[in-house]
Amino acid sequence: MFLASTSFWLDQVVNGLTIGSMYALIALGYTMVYGVLKMINFAHGEVFMLGSYAGFGVLVAFGGESIAGPMVVLAIAAAFVGAALASASVSVVLERVAYRPLRNAPRLAPLITAIGASIFLQFLVLDVTGAKASFYPRIFPSGSIEVGAFRITYLQLFLVGCSVAMMLFLYIVVQRTAVGRSIRAVAENRTAASLMGIDVDRAIVTTFVLGAAMAGVAGVLWGLFFLQVRGSMGFLPGIKAFTAAVLGGIGSIPGAMVGGYFLGLAETVGREALSAIPGLNFPNEWRDVIAFSLLVLVLLFRPTGIFGELVSRRA
Amino acid sequence: MALLEVEGLVAGYGAITAVKGISLHLDEGEIVTLIGSNGAGKTTTLRAISGLIRPRQGDIRFAGRSLVGLKPHEVVAVGVAHVPEGRGIFGTLTVKENLLLGAHRRRDAGILEDLERVFALFPRLRERLGQVAGTLSGGEQQMLAIGRALMAKPRVLLLDEPSMGLAPFLVDAIFQTIVEIRAAGTPILLVEQNAAAALEIADRGYVLESGTIVLSGTGAELARNDGVRRAYLGEL
Ligand SMILES: Nc1ncnc2c1ncn2[C@@H]1O[C@H](COP(=O)(O)OP(=O)(O)OP(=O)(O)O)[C@@H](O)[C@H]1O
Ligand SMILES: [Mg+2]
Repeated sequence: MFLASTSFWLDQVVNGLTIGSMYALIALGYTMVYGVLKMINFAHGEVFMLGSYAGFGVLVAFGGESIAGPMVVLAIAAAFVGAALASASVSVVLERVAYRPLRNAPRLAPLITAIGASIFLQFLVLDVTGAKASFYPRIFPSGSIEVGAFRITYLQLFLVGCSVAMMLFLYIVVQRTAVGRSIRAVAENRTAASLMGIDVDRAIVTTFVLGAAMAGVAGVLWGLFFLQVRGSMGFLPGIKAFTAAVLGGIGSIPGAMVGGYFLGLAETVGREALSAIPGLNFPNEWRDVIAFSLLVLVLLFRPTGIFGELVSRRA
Repeated sequence: MALLEVEGLVAGYGAITAVKGISLHLDEGEIVTLIGSNGAGKTTTLRAISGLIRPRQGDIRFAGRSLVGLKPHEVVAVGVAHVPEGRGIFGTLTVKENLLLGAHRRRDAGILEDLERVFALFPRLRERLGQVAGTLSGGEQQMLAIGRALMAKPRVLLLDEPSMGLAPFLVDAIFQTIVEIRAAGTPILLVEQNAAAALEIADRGYVLESGTIVLSGTGAELARNDGVRRAYLGEL
């Protein structure tokens, strides 16, 4: 096992990058909202789930399994847009009714509300769907690219490519546009930002919208890859992405990206590497244990994450 | 009708009433100073004008229009720029980003021109343009805070203790700039603990004690006043 083939390890790396891409996309929403509000939006996993459902709805409307040829591209693009819009809308409502009234309350209050909102959305969908999963149409062309021992499926390549493109887009918006500048100003000093003429409420809503759009697209990618949607699907990816955000340093955008990939790789390559040690064996289910052990370790030994500042100092 | 009028302003925080019914005004072309010791209510007055806190009573009018109930970003849009106590620099953003944020609400073509105007006042800022603002010295940060407020092209400038924490020669330089800004057409409401320097450049002034205006007059009159000299100019 220890001397497993190069191709085995390269497969693990590709798998890690695939899952890590989705963690990174979701993690961005956690970290951006934390940046402006110093609050963990624990309902973000459900925002991801609802995006996945919306994308599923769009794909079904386009003909489900019967989508073929160039229509595949169009259908997936429409699913992205539908998912981003749905996730963003839910986030805007959440911010308005659940978080904004508590803007000046003690920090624990919006946190509890977020957990409440998360449970509410999850059970709402479970109730409506009778807790049954729906199945994403299997429309993405199968096949893979192989170069020597390296192999990546078209779907994985698409998934990683889309994620990287989305992150690049977000990075440009945040770093290079007036909207991004106002978000960064609000994150640093809300009062001073308002004195610049920035509508703070609007900047905060924009932050939620951007994070939610990323999560919605991640929801579609998740559906295309795992081929299932259900009301409870947001929980684990949500909490993993939160872990990724903390790993990278919550509040830091590059941190969320790096944290996502780090976690993805730790779950796959890391787990296999541990299993390769003679006498140890970590079956696939251990990936969650590894993820959350990492979270605990980071919180214990480097609470600032890879890129972050000390949370307590920023608060 | 004065450009900026504060009438019977009452404001505070929770159970604290920090400002207890004050009236003051600022005309075109004026530098007016509001002096007083720690906790007198100077900052609270400015915060009420710029919409950071809501007055409990009284009215604040700018060019005849009431500002009461406007959000801070709306007050900026009307033409009132506020350089807050402690400067409110965005330390993680660059100097240039800070300056552009000052012009956040503007959509006109004059932004680059005004950037040049700010550099003319504070040449140091041009050299530091790409630098992260948190690494500026205290004096440079104060220049940035004022320059940034000017980028909004305000019709009135509110300055809260621009001399705080600066070496004496820098205080002189900042006050000289304040005079230049007025000369360029922007009237200024200047809050200061450094009463001597403030009264020297002010056309008029108000003395605030425990939330009440106890004295007002021209800068020269106040500087001559025995009470002011004892309490604020360090003379016995
Ligand atoms: N956020 C706040 N919450 C509660 N009380 C406050 C707050 N800010 C100021 N105060 C109180 O209001 C009163 C007036 O404060 P203010 O900041 O207006 O004084 P100031 O004249 O600006 O003083 P300084 O020269 O020290 O800046 C003080 O008694 C102060 O303790
Ligand atoms: Mg003050």
